Amino acid sequence: MLDRIGVQSLDDLYSDVPAGFIYKGEYDLPDALSEQEVRDFFEALASRNAKLKVFAGAGAYDHYTPSVIPYIISRSEFLTAYTPYQCEISQGTLRYIFEYQSMICALTGMDVSNASMYDGPTAAAEAMRMAVASARKKNTVLLSRTLLPNVVKTVETYAKYYGTNIAFIEAEDGQTSLESLRKAMESGDVAGAIVPGVNRFGIVEDLTGFADVLHEGKAMLVEYCDPSALAVLRTPAEWGADVAVGDGQPLGIPLCFGGPYVGFMACTKDHMRKLPGRIVGETVDGQGRRAFVLTLQAREQHIRREKATSNICSNESLMALFVTVYLSLMGPEGMKEVNEKSYAGAHLLHDELLKTGKFEEVFDKPFLKEFVLKPLVDVKALQDKLYKGGFFGALETEEGYVSFCVTEKRTRAEIDALVALVKEA
Amino acid sequence: MSKIIEGLLYSDSHEWVKVDGDIAVIGVSDFAQEEMGDITYVDMPEVDDEVSKGDDFGALESVKASSELYSPVSGVVVEVNEALEDAPELVNEDAFGNWIIKVRMSDPSELDSLMDAAAYAEIAK
Amino acid sequence: MKYYDRLIFELSKPGRRAYTLPASATSDASFSIPSGLLRAEAPALPEVSEVDVVRHYTNLSQMNFGVDTGFYPLGSCTMKYNPKINEEIAAMPAFQGIHPLQDESTVQGVLEVYYEMDRALAAITGMKHFTLNPCAGAHGELTGLMVMRSYHASRGDFARTKVIVPDSAHGTNPASAAVCGLSIVEVKSNAAGLVDVEDLKPLLGPDVAGIMMTNPNTLGLFEKDIREIATLVHEAGGLLYYDGANMNPLLGVVRPGDMGFDIMHLNLHKTFSTPHGGGGPGSGPVGVAERLAEFLPVPKVVKEDGRFRIVGDAPLSAGRVSAFMGNFGIILRAYAYILMLGKQHIAMAGKLATLGANYIKESLKDAYKLPIPTVCKHEFVFDGLIDDGSATGKPGATTLDVAKRLLDFGFHAPTIYFPLLFHQALMIEPTETESKETLDAFIEVMHVIAKEAAEDPDILHGAPHNAPISRPDETMAARRPVLKYQDEVS
Repeated sequence: MLDRIGVQSLDDLYSDVPAGFIYKGEYDLPDALSEQEVRDFFEALASRNAKLKVFAGAGAYDHYTPSVIPYIISRSEFLTAYTPYQCEISQGTLRYIFEYQSMICALTGMDVSNASMYDGPTAAAEAMRMAVASARKKNTVLLSRTLLPNVVKTVETYAKYYGTNIAFIEAEDGQTSLESLRKAMESGDVAGAIVPGVNRFGIVEDLTGFADVLHEGKAMLVEYCDPSALAVLRTPAEWGADVAVGDGQPLGIPLCFGGPYVGFMACTKDHMRKLPGRIVGETVDGQGRRAFVLTLQAREQHIRREKATSNICSNESLMALFVTVYLSLMGPEGMKEVNEKSYAGAHLLHDELLKTGKFEEVFDKPFLKEFVLKPLVDVKALQDKLYKGGFFGALETEEGYVSFCVTEKRTRAEIDALVALVKEA
Repeated sequence: MSKIIEGLLYSDSHEWVKVDGDIAVIGVSDFAQEEMGDITYVDMPEVDDEVSKGDDFGALESVKASSELYSPVSGVVVEVNEALEDAPELVNEDAFGNWIIKVRMSDPSELDSLMDAAAYAEIAK
Repeated sequence: MKYYDRLIFELSKPGRRAYTLPASATSDASFSIPSGLLRAEAPALPEVSEVDVVRHYTNLSQMNFGVDTGFYPLGSCTMKYNPKINEEIAAMPAFQGIHPLQDESTVQGVLEVYYEMDRALAAITGMKHFTLNPCAGAHGELTGLMVMRSYHASRGDFARTKVIVPDSAHGTNPASAAVCGLSIVEVKSNAAGLVDVEDLKPLLGPDVAGIMMTNPNTLGLFEKDIREIATLVHEAGGLLYYDGANMNPLLGVVRPGDMGFDIMHLNLHKTFSTPHGGGGPGSGPVGVAERLAEFLPVPKVVKEDGRFRIVGDAPLSAGRVSAFMGNFGIILRAYAYILMLGKQHIAMAGKLATLGANYIKESLKDAYKLPIPTVCKHEFVFDGLIDDGSATGKPGATTLDVAKRLLDFGFHAPTIYFPLLFHQALMIEPTETESKETLDAFIEVMHVIAKEAAEDPDILHGAPHNAPISRPDETMAARRPVLKYQDEVS
């Protein structure tokens, strides 16, 4: 090979690199390990984590992962492919993205979904830019005080550098206040508002009137939603939202310390041309057979370059496949059952915790799988007690409340054990 | 060789203007549509939007490209060609027969800086 | 690969199920959310059996081409082989089952991965510290530019609103700069395909935040004037951003930090062998020089008294850029890859990648136009066929035609029509995990295709001939968007 290139050694291939840039030292890295040693190394590392029964949510939910999913998504043809640039040999990827888009639309009621985003908070940040880009001259985006803190912080970061003003819609009795939204609209500079469907207290929000107030001011309603809960809850489309975003993680994706997850983003037809990210569309091939391609690409960064309103290129395609297989397995009936079982467990825990006398009710509002209580005991001591017993729960909110979450994975025995520990706290 | 129509005014960014009183009817030239190839979408402003001479008011999109449309005059958009929303290929079929927007001009003297057909023929080749 | 024409929705039969949930409920609390908060109709999801799901997605997978299927010389994407042990490690329950908000005392193993990965990437690149929070390369670019702006702002220098980007840059660079609130100034390439230093000089000034470069650049050429460029940019008060998309040939050979770069991102899914997953999830860690470390995003991991801690906030930090701390599952895989290379083998990856690229280039320059003949790094660019067959009186074969014809021979196509500097660009990157035999087979096919083009370009125009589908109608897809199953049905 060197002969054909006409060089003497591998080092000659770097003859164009000015001397001095070639690193002469020894790399400060560990010694190379064999496969067996690597496995042993990570097993030891893994043993320094505590695998706990999860009774917490706050943006990451411990739903059950059916065995089919890891089996399908580890197929090499999916796992080791890249973005489907050569559509003729990427119909597998393109078809599952089309199915994914269809399912996100089915859950949200929206007309168009993109092929996925990094995670929920960055999807919300993209929605912020989309609102500003659509509104042209208006430059304020409102965030509800009931959004999860990591959503708020991520959107704030993106907004700061994009040059967008962030203002807040206050909460009232654990819910986004319509009155506060009305007041915020008075500035005349509002391009859109991001409000949660299920909020950081676990409360299912009543968004009656929100779309009207925003649309009257020519601003967008963006709903941040839990896609698992959307199988039963009123959809963003039914609330009149223009854009629906959120994290696909509750659709069976393992917690995995926060990633990889998958953000989703869908909108009404009116806003389709401003939707960031890849989109797959249906067409026909030369023989008239149904075929799928990346489409509406003129929106994207590689064509618009500095005129782009998003820099996203690829996405979380494999996790979009994950979600697609999950929703195929669960179907409408399974999704309903997941919600009903989570609801039953969460309400049981809620009532049992109140009975211990260690907590007080904060809000009397409908909730699904997550709720907050006001603790009458020391929170740190309570959390430690739970950790030692093999549980993770009682996550503290900024107001000093504690939140709990129960999914369909939690058993009656686990709930009883948790309550017993709390009684001792 | 692309078609050029006498009696219209042209910008160097390949828009044409037909003057009708204080209304400027604006489209793109046959040369521009040929350069773009199959047009898949025409991005248009909304009625009542203000446009300024030289600023973009929309774009032509093809499968692999997006090309801005620049307003040859300043004023207020009074009508957009809604037929193009569902049938962008009309621009390919007849670029002069399918206008894109109509603008009520705020400064008709801006027309003076546009080219006639003969001058435009020099750059559209 | 064979054509399979079903969508999962088309397999649906009412009442069919593919799931089981525990029969007994934890309580008899009946579902009583007020009806005004519930959706009117159940979502239109498929109702199928488990075997329906497995067969459907198995059939879909068989219309797909991955690195495990065959050679994937996609330029600038570094499609190297993905070791399987890494998948097993990422699947360990004691990593998969960890909630991102668990107390740090219960996740010491996870935090050690973050801490050690930061150190390893710093050692490899000559940077001081890395954040692992960005989820992809473009996300890393945006984060890196946020760090750049934060640095200038911390000095009260708000006038630096421009970023210089070479005309050969990845399209994402200007897009990332734009969404970070910076305006873009383009610097031209010279005849040798390198950043033109004379063109750069007048662009520098007190309004320049920095320059984004990839080295080697998108033509696969090492920017040998980088020392002078770094000096010029630094003297003008700007910072140098390194787009790590092309880091692979320098792995174990040259450190971006030593070249004068202040901020960089890496693509773990390129250089560090994590699977591309059909377009993600990836990971785009951002590394910085010491004086910029305090501007990195939060949360971040530190080590104190032998224990790992999470720092949730820092006064000068650019802020939070993702949900939690990036794609931990991807970071794990990349860490395993680094441990297997170790200090002993790290230097071979980049050199072998460079060897393969030069070998292909020299072997095919008799049939494909080579605009820049000098030694390349991990990739290089042809500008179409030397003889496109137009002498036959038929339309000549284009780069698109060559790419589509390659599919017939069981290879993925190179990156095409990028960089924009050449009209018929064909950008080839083989990576170090390909054997000489694989490269020879590719070279032979590329010669066969060139010969076909010269003799009868129609063979190429009609390609692919034996892929699951032939070329689709992309114009129709864009003019009449059908973007979900429900659009199709209605």
